[in-house]
Amino acid sequence: MGAIIGAFVSLLGACFFLFSGIGLLRMPDAFNRMQAGTKATTLGSILFLVGIGIMQPAYLGRTLILAAFIALTNPVSSNALARAAHAYRKRLGAKLTCDALAQDQEASHDR
Amino acid sequence: MANSVFILASIVAILGLVLVALRFAKGPGAIDRIVALDAMTIIMTSLIVAFALFAGRRIYVDVGLVYGLVSFAGVVALARYLEGGL
Repeated sequence: MGAIIGAFVSLLGACFFLFSGIGLLRMPDAFNRMQAGTKATTLGSILFLVGIGIMQPAYLGRTLILAAFIALTNPVSSNALARAAHAYRKRLGAKLTCDALAQDQEASHDR
Repeated sequence: MANSVFILASIVAILGLVLVALRFAKGPGAIDRIVALDAMTIIMTSLIVAFALFAGRRIYVDVGLVYGLVSFAGVVALARYLEGGL
């Protein structure tokens, strides 16, 4: 019984991987792609790993550690990627409609 | 039953990996490629743990853990390099 529940939880997580791939292919620019590529993979990997842990209880401890590690580090890497995309876009000379990071940087330069 | 559903889950995850790899090959800028690389490493970490279940060897879960750590460091280093801070 536990094995079937775990397998279906894993299937749900794998569906989030598939949605992340579709989003990365179809979103129009880098910031939208970043949202599809980091949020959906975080939820998908947590579900996939917890499903494997439910299927095979001997792996549950390590997969929970791995899921917690991904939940902690994926937002950090997504933040670094967003800052990199901001700097890269400024170097290209493109304009954003609302740019709070540039306003913050100007305010800290003025001080 | 459970085994075939899990094989289906792995196939769906590999399909997602293929789609992300298409964006990695196509991406117009460097930042798109790094976003695709980040998604690819997260999916690969999960697939390594799935392979540990298929092969029946617990040590491969640790391999997945170390792969996740190293890929996180790699993505952050690439993002800092693109930002100009490295």
